[in-house]
Amino acid sequence: MRYLLIACLVALPFAACRKGEPVLPSTQIPVTPPTHLDGSVKGFFLLNEGNMGSNKATLDYYDYETGIYSRNIFAERNPDVQHELGDVGNDIQIYGNKLYAVINCSHFVEVMDVTTARHLATVSIPNCRYVVFKEGYAYVSSYAGPVQIDPNARLGYVAKVDTTTLQVIDTCVVGYQPEEMVVVDDKLYVANSGGYRVPDYDRTVSVIDLNTFREIRKIDVAVNLHRLELDRYGNIWVSSRGDYYDTPSKTYVIDSRTDKVTDVFHLLPNSNMTLAGDSLYVYSTEWSWYTETFATSYAIVDTRTKTILTRNFITDGTEAEITVPYGIAVNPDTGEFFVTDAKDYVTPGRLHCYDRNGVRKWSVTTGDIPAHIVFTDRRLVPLDELE
Amino acid sequence: MMRSTIRHRRRNEGSCPKGTASRFRYRVRRLIAVPGLLWGAVSFAQQPADSSRTSVAGERRIEEIVVTAPRRNEVISSQTLEGETLRQLNSYSIADAIRYFSGAQLKDYGGIGGLKTVNIRSMGSQHVGVFFDGVQIGNAQNGVVDLGRFSLDNMEPVSIYNGQKSAIFQTAKDFASASAVYFETRRPVFDSLRNDNLKFTLKGGSFKTIDPSVLWEHRFGDRVRGSFNAEYLYTSGEYKFRYAKVDGYDTTEVRKNGDVRFFRAEAALFGDLNDGEWRAKAYFYDSERGYPGAVVREEPGKFRHQDRQWDTNFFLQGALRKRLKPFYSLKVTGKYAYDFLHYLSDPRLDVTTMYVDNRYRQQEAYLSAANIFSITPWWSANVAVDAQFNTLDADLVDFVYPQRWTVLTAAATSLQLRRVSLQGSLLYTHVTDIVRRQGEAAADKDKLTPTLVASYRPLAGQDWQIRAFYKRIFRMPTFNDLYYTFIGNISLEPEYTTQYDLGMTYGKTWPVGEGELGLNAQADVYYNQVDNKIVAMPTSNQFRWTMINLGYVEIKGVDVVLDGCWTRGRWAVNARLSYTYQQAQDLTDPTSPFYGDQIPYIPWNSGSAIVNVSYGAWHLNYSFIYTGERYEQAANTIENYAQPWYTSDIALSRDIALKNMSLRVALEVNNLFNQQYEVVQCYPMPGTNFKIILSLTL
Repeated sequence: MRYLLIACLVALPFAACRKGEPVLPSTQIPVTPPTHLDGSVKGFFLLNEGNMGSNKATLDYYDYETGIYSRNIFAERNPDVQHELGDVGNDIQIYGNKLYAVINCSHFVEVMDVTTARHLATVSIPNCRYVVFKEGYAYVSSYAGPVQIDPNARLGYVAKVDTTTLQVIDTCVVGYQPEEMVVVDDKLYVANSGGYRVPDYDRTVSVIDLNTFREIRKIDVAVNLHRLELDRYGNIWVSSRGDYYDTPSKTYVIDSRTDKVTDVFHLLPNSNMTLAGDSLYVYSTEWSWYTETFATSYAIVDTRTKTILTRNFITDGTEAEITVPYGIAVNPDTGEFFVTDAKDYVTPGRLHCYDRNGVRKWSVTTGDIPAHIVFTDRRLVPLDELE
Repeated sequence: MMRSTIRHRRRNEGSCPKGTASRFRYRVRRLIAVPGLLWGAVSFAQQPADSSRTSVAGERRIEEIVVTAPRRNEVISSQTLEGETLRQLNSYSIADAIRYFSGAQLKDYGGIGGLKTVNIRSMGSQHVGVFFDGVQIGNAQNGVVDLGRFSLDNMEPVSIYNGQKSAIFQTAKDFASASAVYFETRRPVFDSLRNDNLKFTLKGGSFKTIDPSVLWEHRFGDRVRGSFNAEYLYTSGEYKFRYAKVDGYDTTEVRKNGDVRFFRAEAALFGDLNDGEWRAKAYFYDSERGYPGAVVREEPGKFRHQDRQWDTNFFLQGALRKRLKPFYSLKVTGKYAYDFLHYLSDPRLDVTTMYVDNRYRQQEAYLSAANIFSITPWWSANVAVDAQFNTLDADLVDFVYPQRWTVLTAAATSLQLRRVSLQGSLLYTHVTDIVRRQGEAAADKDKLTPTLVASYRPLAGQDWQIRAFYKRIFRMPTFNDLYYTFIGNISLEPEYTTQYDLGMTYGKTWPVGEGELGLNAQADVYYNQVDNKIVAMPTSNQFRWTMINLGYVEIKGVDVVLDGCWTRGRWAVNARLSYTYQQAQDLTDPTSPFYGDQIPYIPWNSGSAIVNVSYGAWHLNYSFIYTGERYEQAANTIENYAQPWYTSDIALSRDIALKNMSLRVALEVNNLFNQQYEVVQCYPMPGTNFKIILSLTL
């Protein structure tokens, strides 16, 4: 018994007790010296997806004026929101005074005040993916269409949300597992992936007439479509992810006036893209089972001439430090651009900022799977200035 | 019959099982003056002797006196729960008992139906071999065994071994994992007048749980005994859980879709031979369960998880052990297993999910021959050859229908000198995979892995032993790792572990007044390496992953176990304390900001305590588990921090002797202080819950 007592005494100092679970605070990281702003962009929000099933979607904010990057701001600004931001943040956009975050596996769009990042409402849309806006309405793509006789052949849909009442007022069934959308005048284009129907991927872009909110046609493009970008000439740039085996990823162009595919870039694999003026920034990352490494490529396409301007927009060699590029954005005021690195998807990622010439300016650690960036022209009110 | 007398005495008087066992052991050792007898005995007695310290086994020792002597072979660190201690634990399954072992971390997804796997000394659950009645339970598909499926009803003892079981007369598979869990069906014991034992048990309690079982033991003539056991369980799996933040939200929700229904039936035969024995077993398990899923933010009550899984498991196994020559014994072991799994996720029931409807069928055939040669009284050698064939059939797109041949050859030798024991073994593993499409099978593997074990008794007549072992072993990439459509990677190499362990045990019994006081202590320090660790690596997006050999982990740890007992008259007190310190660092990528961080779910400090007080027919058991702070992901950041958790369970039972019958009534309260905690991120555990057990023995 003497030994038992000794053992207890030895073990005691290690045995920490359980405390109340704190609301997770944000982390402030100064990344640049404070700067004076000329343009309208005051900062940006970055949505970290968080690994599926871990409820770790988080929101970061970068403030240009102070040069401070704030990691994980949602929880401390919304301590009463149960289970924080949610599971898998898939898209983030600003419309009017509201910030919309599409939380895929929480099955809703979280609507926040854009100046405070405080919760306003949620819009329930199961398995929601992306959001675009047009004339007072938000359009949200979703995998969760009606189930027909064959539960495996389940089409997706686009939900129409009134941005004042934040209610879903209509839905339009499209193709399988719809992803990104663009709006051209009265037409909404949505890329159908069919990613859950391997090997029978979808190959189409659905076109919805926004007046009737009905699908008017499907444009056959290529397997497993994902991204859409609209350029200044009415052309829609479409990414096809390929089938991960024999069919590689490619980039296609649809002319929105004719709704026909006009161009295909066989040698422009495309995981993600963003447009700045006439420059389409494209990167691709494809896993090679042979070399067990990622084949990553970067390119800028001139959307006016439809020619590839450069095969590497990061010019200082620092792209070697990126494991998996996962998100891309260009500051419309300054031309500086951002690339996120998702690393191994289960540890915090990195955000890299490059000047317009592709030289890295700064880097910062983000949440898990940094992915989606939206610039804001209204400064986020610091936490201590909120009432 | 000596057995029943002792059993009887134990029931009614306080007892000190471990102390008693060790005392008997001493007597036995003194009795065996002729060393030649000893090695002859090893051959047919190894298995029961090695893993048993129960009162039942203790009794067997007395009856078959030579059986106990080779306990000296127990030179590698092991832990056992058995007898009254095991019976008094508040537990539904093997998994619940394993939580009390030093060095073992149970990964528990919560509730009776939640997956429960064990990770020993942080090397990963796929490195733990799980042996049921001496034969390994396989899962070629994903390499893990859900210990929550194995009922503790009619089971004893439960042991874990670091490295390997130190008996050398064993199958090649016993040498083939980094650590192992063994559990055994209780062997039927009859008193002189009876040929049948019948036991009815009814358990019920929280989560609408109802769990009846029946056990029939029968003696078929002098040489064969049988045990037949059936159990049914239903639970709704519904329990309240609470998440609360200081100055923030405070929500109480109910876990849904965690229901489980299973039916289990087992039949076992035990036979005696001249200079040997045999046993056979048939096992059937059929279940349906819901997947409650991760608790993530969702609109409260809007959607409900509806995914379901059906399992059917069947196996037939047998072993025969016989001494054919004074210097030579043979053990033959065989098994056939069939496992069926059906998983369904249907958007017609839950609009948020995508349709998944998959069926997996696994088959395993296994045959082993172990040969032991007692060359001299102090030197023996074993050659064991095992062959195994596995298949996996699944209705997945582009599936390759893998089949695997595994041939394991173990050569082991043991030297027993006066104070020093040495064991060495070499395991040669050959693996060939066959798939339906040419060129898509992983390359053949041929691996040679060694183990060295040494022990030393510094003082004659003292139960004090210093021991050390070195072991290098690997786990094969599973069928999922290699062949799962999209995810699998056929160029994977095996994942290796290397273990170095130094430890000691000490045991002593003192007479105290009319009773006695016994104490056993065991302590180990160890250093493990896991290299070529198979990790999931995302590819182009977060819904597509692949497997690669990437990780490297180093583990430094200390395991301490103390158990003591005290008896006096009708009083008996047993206490068991365990403590584990582990530093398990991910040293994969020196450029990572999280290089050297503690690996997920491994606490630096953990421990358990069990206190068992008996007074005559009354038993009171208190058990406590502590898991210290840890991280839920590889990055040790505040977002991934997990607080310590600790639970207290209590059980009170009474044996009531009726005419020709005995009744046992037990009341259990688990998580006495209603701690709201998670073992796995987003999988909340139940708060305070109750169970009542009635068990009638005829």
